[in-house]
Amino acid sequence: MSDALLEVEDLRVAFAVGGREIRAVDGIGYTVEPGRTLAIIGESGSGKTVGCRAIMGLLPTGTAISGSARLRGTEMIGLSDSELRKHRGQDMAMVFQDPARSLNPTMRVGVQVTEAIQTHRKVSKKEAYDQAVELLRLVRIPVPDRRFHEYPHQLSGGMRQRIMIAMALACRPKLLIADEATTALDVTTQAQIMELMLELQQELDMGLILISHDLGLAASYADDVVVMYAGKIVEQAPAKTLFGTGGTVKMRYTRALLDAIPHLERPAHTQLPVVSGRPPDPANLPPGCSFAPRCPSAADDCRQTMPALVEHAAGHRWACWHPCENGVHA
Amino acid sequence: MSAEATGKEPLLSVRDLVQEFTVRHSGGTGLGRVPSTPGVKAGVVQAVSGVSFDIMPGETLGIVGETGSGKSTLARSLLQAPPPKSGSVSFRGTDLTTLRGRKLLEARRHMQFVWQDPFGSLDPKWRVRSIVDEPLLAYHEGDRSARHKRVDELLDLVGLDPERYAKRHPRELSGGQAQRVAIARAVALNPSLLICDEAVSSLDVLIQAQVLNLFERLRHELGLSYLFIAHDLALVKQVSDRVAVMYLGRFCEVGPGESVYRKPLHPYTSALLDSIPSTEPGASRATATIKGEPPSPINPPSGCRFRTRCPRATELCAEQVPMPRELAPGHLVACHFPLSEPAPVASATASAPATQSTKVVSS
Repeated sequence: MSDALLEVEDLRVAFAVGGREIRAVDGIGYTVEPGRTLAIIGESGSGKTVGCRAIMGLLPTGTAISGSARLRGTEMIGLSDSELRKHRGQDMAMVFQDPARSLNPTMRVGVQVTEAIQTHRKVSKKEAYDQAVELLRLVRIPVPDRRFHEYPHQLSGGMRQRIMIAMALACRPKLLIADEATTALDVTTQAQIMELMLELQQELDMGLILISHDLGLAASYADDVVVMYAGKIVEQAPAKTLFGTGGTVKMRYTRALLDAIPHLERPAHTQLPVVSGRPPDPANLPPGCSFAPRCPSAADDCRQTMPALVEHAAGHRWACWHPCENGVHA
Repeated sequence: MSAEATGKEPLLSVRDLVQEFTVRHSGGTGLGRVPSTPGVKAGVVQAVSGVSFDIMPGETLGIVGETGSGKSTLARSLLQAPPPKSGSVSFRGTDLTTLRGRKLLEARRHMQFVWQDPFGSLDPKWRVRSIVDEPLLAYHEGDRSARHKRVDELLDLVGLDPERYAKRHPRELSGGQAQRVAIARAVALNPSLLICDEAVSSLDVLIQAQVLNLFERLRHELGLSYLFIAHDLALVKQVSDRVAVMYLGRFCEVGPGESVYRKPLHPYTSALLDSIPSTEPGASRATATIKGEPPSPINPPSGCRFRTRCPRATELCAEQVPMPRELAPGHLVACHFPLSEPAPVASATASAPATQSTKVVSS
């Protein structure tokens, strides 16, 4: 595993809210290799974003973070702000969901890209401009030297997200984290942005983490998949293992997510298979499996002991006492 | 689109609906070069340009389209908020565009709305009971105790225990619960048509499935018709009898959901289908088959509005607006070169398209 770009082990993040401890991320681990894409899937509040923000050092001070996240061998957890700043942008960068809010509405977009370059590199104004135009060209923005002078409101959502990607790539990071980066975009634009990110990933040999609630996105674009529920990884496998022909989903939560998506293959007006309830209160997790209160096949052991995430088959881990047989509900 | 064959009267019948908005210069200067005069017309946004359709009693029509395609404007125009520029909206036999004031209010009680953001559409200071009670009060439905009972029934109907939820404020609800309250309010007056504008788009997938199932149950129990608007084609197909695909203010394809999905006739529909990432085993990776972005509705392309991004476009597409044609039972497409026909001869050859296009139009 020495060629891994990012190695995360037993990462834990806890917030103190109103005297209660909220374990947002509870002992997760995964690796990302250069040129490969990892999708982290989960619902709102599952901890998928918090885990990545912890690695980037983007959580408020006073957050309790423990565990390990090594980026190209360097430990990121516990670094001071100034040390982290050397890695952010240079080694790792993040693209967020809402490009309209991430961009400064009063600054021309090209200037914002130039700023990203000058923050990290000592270059002349002219060089920074040239590099910025080059970056806009890299993210396939037509007529980049004209777009350089436009304001965010003059650009469409897809174009703004391209600008965000250009800024993230300013220093050619080795790891790009896309946090719901295409969620707010139309499907046709989403397909364009995803293709762009995968092309750039190959060109720059980057590791890519896709944080999303959309299993379809994971199935279509990721090499590896991590499914999170209530701060824990509940299933982890190569995308082919989960979604390919003859794919097997073991954890019942993953199965429930898959079943609840309206598919084009499903006849109209049929009831979707659903699980009742909603995710547990993170400050008051049930003693056993977090999903047990909603799980259709939960038994007594599920309610008493949390199953560990164990590698049951090659590359396929799941945390479930009663996994699905052949990928379907027993 | 037409209802003649069934013999039944359509519940909602929309003809040639046009909605336009005039945008004015903000008063600033046009990028520092040409000073613009404040209040002078900058252009007309052609949001909806001649849309016609029927919804039969008990039927669900789904509308899919991307941001800016005009689907939400279309929904609001039906509601007369604001009234459309031209065209007719006949609901239960009355043309809503001719009604104003009290008469419009009375006609509209049978047509209710569910919006995308439940927290934005529920008053944060009101309790759930008052929110659901409001339409009953506004339309003088029964006395206090009758309304109290009705609110309990309605909350039960949408799967919320009145004991637990009636006294809560919207902020004490999850997104899914708040949307259920919005639905309870919408069905309070026994409407015959429910217009859902991205009603489940902001919910997590498991909660979204619960709410979709609720819509389905209400359709059975209350005999509701729906106009279901969303950007997600799979979601729209799941709940709809017929699906309409909208692009830049016009319908490009309307037909039975299964038929639109299995045999798309419009190149735009096909591109939309290609770009959906799927978890189905054996599904091919989503691909961006159309490039670029939709043009501005202020200055839409002449002829077919999709032609600037269409791989099959020829000169004819720039010259003539394609009229809807029924190419399969109930399946209409507005395209000069639908996918059921071979692709036109490459538009690079100057003379060929002209001869071919005349043939297609006359057929």
